[in-house]
Amino acid sequence: MIWSNEESLSRSELEKIQVEKLKDTVAHVYQNVEFFRNKMQNLNVRPEDVKTLDDLKKLPFSTKEDLRVNYPFGLFAVPENKVVRLHASSGTTGKPTVVGYTQKDIDNWSELIARIVTMAGATVDDKVQIAFKYGLFTGAFGLHYGLEKAGICVIPTSSGNTEKQLMLMKDFGTTILVSTPSYALHMGEIAHSLGIDPKTDLKIRLGLFGGEGSSEATREKIQKVWGMLATENYGLSELIGPGVAGECTHLNGMHISEDFFLPEIINPKTGEVLPPGEKGELVITTLNKEALPLIRYRTRDITRLFYEPCSCGRTTVRMEKISGRSDDMLIVKGVNLFPTQVEEVLSKFDALGPHYEIVIEKHNYLDSLEIKVELNEDLSIDSYQEFERLEQNIKHELRVVLGLEPKLNIVNPRTLQRFEGKAKRVYDLR
Amino acid sequence: MIIKQLTVFLENKSGRLSEVTRVLGENGINISALSIADTSEYGLLRLIVSDGAKATELLKKNGFSVNLTDVICLNVKHEPGTLHDAIKTLSDAGIDIEYMYAYAVGDNAAVIMKVSDAKEAIYILTQNNIDLLKSHEIK
Repeated sequence: MIWSNEESLSRSELEKIQVEKLKDTVAHVYQNVEFFRNKMQNLNVRPEDVKTLDDLKKLPFSTKEDLRVNYPFGLFAVPENKVVRLHASSGTTGKPTVVGYTQKDIDNWSELIARIVTMAGATVDDKVQIAFKYGLFTGAFGLHYGLEKAGICVIPTSSGNTEKQLMLMKDFGTTILVSTPSYALHMGEIAHSLGIDPKTDLKIRLGLFGGEGSSEATREKIQKVWGMLATENYGLSELIGPGVAGECTHLNGMHISEDFFLPEIINPKTGEVLPPGEKGELVITTLNKEALPLIRYRTRDITRLFYEPCSCGRTTVRMEKISGRSDDMLIVKGVNLFPTQVEEVLSKFDALGPHYEIVIEKHNYLDSLEIKVELNEDLSIDSYQEFERLEQNIKHELRVVLGLEPKLNIVNPRTLQRFEGKAKRVYDLR
Repeated sequence: MIIKQLTVFLENKSGRLSEVTRVLGENGINISALSIADTSEYGLLRLIVSDGAKATELLKKNGFSVNLTDVICLNVKHEPGTLHDAIKTLSDAGIDIEYMYAYAVGDNAAVIMKVSDAKEAIYILTQNNIDLLKSHEIK
């Protein structure tokens, strides 16, 4: 089922809507956000200069740093008394970034969520357990209101207390799980240790995962453990929260709601716009936001866009699974390293579990890289020779993919830390 | 005559071995034979226990990585030359020994072996009148 007509418009119909909304957004921002007006004036661009979608590239970028500098409400484009909700992202360094919503923004957010849950296959017959933390983080509330709008029963368990989550899941007959992918894996492990087989003892048939990036191998593992279809969705609190894009049941990339979000892919170093299909940083202009409209917001997420219509019937552009964040990029001994590259290598080995840690330290002015990974509880080997071969193969693959020679530390199952929200994989101790 | 042996991966961290013996002891599982070797980074513990399937499940639940393998156990006289005869019999038949460990009690010695082909080894040894122990006979 397709929730909204806007998801299957022809390209020309869609672009007509986008141009009008873009002009409105630019005018709205220019008039009401001094910080952005100054940026445009510095580049000598006026709202009238934006007449086509191609004119988008004349406009300046906006960044997370802009939100920080204008903390808390400096980028809001409406009077404060029009804002009915505030969320904030966890600021790992300094102040958090604050986002605001008018009532119309909240309504639109629910519409966007209704679209993505419907495309993933959720229906009114489902019951959804939301195991995202309720609070300042946008994830839980976004999904909550949107699922209700779609007429689907919500069980707001929030994150944590995994044993109780599992009990409710069983007793209520929950059919859909909302969480981070790493929490779904963790729940699966706890279930097994309690003697519950999620595949046969629980009714979960669908996962709506977000909040952190994950690999295709993680998806497969979740599907295998839970016997569910594991779908991914995408969003950033700065843009609205979850609901920017989501996977349909064909798992062909995440459909972006293009009448709300205008995407571009740029070279993160030069800012140059790249042609469709090329990999680069995703930049998004919001087309329908009242409280916090953003022009050319740099998401720092690395992906590609595909414009061919999907076999599900939607014509909206699809974004590939995020392959890294330009923010997450580590520089070790002068080599660029994305944690997702490590995950990709490790996931190729059946002997290893899905949990890993990357530790970077400095010894005598030199960077050292260590990768800790858990063995699966089913040990496939029984001699030192085989074990050494496994170690050598993993090291070899890491060397080829990373261009670095990490120290490999294979540890017992369930010894690395587990996370109920976003998993922390990188410990940069330099 | 095939015997189930557990191989348990041990991180090189203090307390890992005692964790294994605790889990088995508390659950009434008896250890009949054991061998351990280590490198600087990790160890592999090999065990023959009274209930292999139960021990495997318990250890996995307690965060260990466990493998269940087929081995054989020879029962030879505790005298010079008997082990040589057994090993020669296998090597003449083209069967490789991957690893082995042994203990002697009284007049006899038990030799646990992981071989390239356990079924074939049992056949050859039996043909040559070399005694093999069954699981419950390993004490």
